Amino acid sequence: MSFLRTILLVLRKDLVVELRSGEILYTTAFFAVSCVLVFAFGFVREGRDLQDVAPGILWIAIAFSGTLALGRTFERERQSETLRALIVAPVDRPALYLAKLIGVTTLMAAVELLIVPLAALLFDAPLFRHALMTAALLAAGTVGFSAVGTLFAAMLVRARSRDVLLPILLYPLTVPVIIAGVRGTAALLQQPEPDLAIARMWLSLMVSFDVVFITLALWTFEPLMTD
Amino acid sequence: MAMPRWFAPLTVVVAAMFAYAPISIANAPIESTMLLVQKIFYFHVPSWFVMFSGAFLCAGASVRYLTKGSREADHYAITGAELAVVFGLIGLITGPLWGRKAWGVWWQWDVKLTLALVVWLSFVAYLLLRRFGGPGSEKLAAAVGIFGAVNIPFVYYSVNWWRTIHPKTSVVPTLGPGMRGTFWFCTLAFMLLMVLIAAMRVRLERHRALVNDLYLELED
Amino acid sequence: MDFDTLTFTDVTRNFGRRRALNRVSLTCRAGELVALIGPNGAGKSTLLAIAATLLKPSAGRVLYGKHSAADGGAALRARIGLLAHDLFIYPELSAFENLLFFAELHGVAQPRRAAEDALTRANLATRRDDPVASFSRGMRQRLAIERAVVHSPRLLLLDEPFTGLDDDAVRVTSERLRSFRDQGAILLVTTHDLEAIEPLANRAVVLASGRLTPIAASGGLRESYRRAMSAS
Repeated sequence: MSFLRTILLVLRKDLVVELRSGEILYTTAFFAVSCVLVFAFGFVREGRDLQDVAPGILWIAIAFSGTLALGRTFERERQSETLRALIVAPVDRPALYLAKLIGVTTLMAAVELLIVPLAALLFDAPLFRHALMTAALLAAGTVGFSAVGTLFAAMLVRARSRDVLLPILLYPLTVPVIIAGVRGTAALLQQPEPDLAIARMWLSLMVSFDVVFITLALWTFEPLMTD
Repeated sequence: MAMPRWFAPLTVVVAAMFAYAPISIANAPIESTMLLVQKIFYFHVPSWFVMFSGAFLCAGASVRYLTKGSREADHYAITGAELAVVFGLIGLITGPLWGRKAWGVWWQWDVKLTLALVVWLSFVAYLLLRRFGGPGSEKLAAAVGIFGAVNIPFVYYSVNWWRTIHPKTSVVPTLGPGMRGTFWFCTLAFMLLMVLIAAMRVRLERHRALVNDLYLELED
Repeated sequence: MDFDTLTFTDVTRNFGRRRALNRVSLTCRAGELVALIGPNGAGKSTLLAIAATLLKPSAGRVLYGKHSAADGGAALRARIGLLAHDLFIYPELSAFENLLFFAELHGVAQPRRAAEDALTRANLATRRDDPVASFSRGMRQRLAIERAVVHSPRLLLLDEPFTGLDDDAVRVTSERLRSFRDQGAILLVTTHDLEAIEPLANRAVVLASGRLTPIAASGGLRESYRRAMSAS
């Protein structure tokens, strides 16, 4: 069974399962919205220009809800031990990793479609001024976060204390992504002129992060999932 | 399992070096801007060297553990991680102490300090995983060790760019001629101390593995 | 790639300071159903996991014909079917969708056809499009067995297939296993239900504290088991 076909098959199955119940999508989306609101309440002050904190709040919400989505996605595979069935199947194990990665990234993209306009609205932040660049930053950052997160969530499936261990492992390792995402977005929101050069610089950092860590994950996935 | 032959003599050497170190530090020239407080730097920076050495040891051993399944490699991996965390902690405590006296604030997102903090957290996570992850967590932790080390350049660049866009409020002193001798002396002392501790720690792990093997033989 | 024997040679598996399997040697042949019985925690699931290539032995070898798990790779896994207590089916998908997914995943030649046939054999054709979450335990079991064999594996590994089934379901499951055995598959089945497995088993082995002892399969399996357990 070819590599690409495996990815498409597992991805399609995941999307069908998720679309049927919508459980992970709705709960993650609502959680992300709550995150944005809670942080907004935390930082609101009379006359304070909220634009400064908008990128920070946005990316923290992405990080927190991303962790939740990752945990829930693999919890689902844990329930009937279907992850085992996938690993025993005659497919390339790294293809399973990629399928899960794409699935989680797609889910997070849907969540971001909700909270980015929300943040733009609540904080009067012109996030759509350079929509393409903003989208690129969000995409590269989400992929980077999910690349590390998918590997860790998969490997923790059979571990104890997996719920709390996932964020403990994930956050220090995704610091570059968060910094790049926040600063890149902030550069685009800058008044009076957005700094496209800086944003591009952050984007290139994120893209190299993505390439390096996806490669690393593809290499370590199989030895980690079989004992 | 006896300690290697060089262990006892090296212990004597390291003890002597640390006994002499305060003298060397006291004799080193006083730095003009930060005066006496700058001298913490002779222990602060070598601690970082040990932390990063520990991190790379952990990562290298983890690669070997994942690819070859060598149990010995796992011993070195956890040794590296513990060294990184302990000496990183020394660095994280001495850093703010220095910063408070030198610049008036405990912490101000200095590039190197922030990088060290993030790397330190990655290896604390490694240890937490091994401790609380249940059986089989050695292999999972190996992935964390590798990712943590590979992450270092990314963290460095991202924090560096983050800080250069905002003006730096600190100036790390360049080494004056008289200071260099003391600095490298202390660095050597710390690195040799690291070797000693690593030897002891690896031996402890080997003994643990031996006890496990004995338990297994009991079942035969 | 095909094979007609599964051979364990001095297989040992340790977990930390616990020896789950202690120099287990066993050969299973095509057309044979080997019953693997023993108390809980004896290592039965571990042995099955090793046979399924999910775990590597700490010592010893496992050979599928002449191939090992390492050189067999994906082609070898295509000839293995695994059914464990957790059934490996997606509750959100329908019966047909589950079968189709696993048929496609295993590279079955005509997946839709295979899925339809499997559905009929599981006697679930009427519940084709219902989500599995709505099925009873017995129905899920029937579906899970068909899922495990949809790709016509040579080696079938079953971990406690009779758990939680009523007499009817046990009978249906037994029939299915018998027909599979008669078609030339190698079956390695762990179970506590000695009455159910006795008419099916060609051979029986007891796994206790990680050690394997063969016992007589016919003429009172329970008696042989009891004798073997009191001897150890």
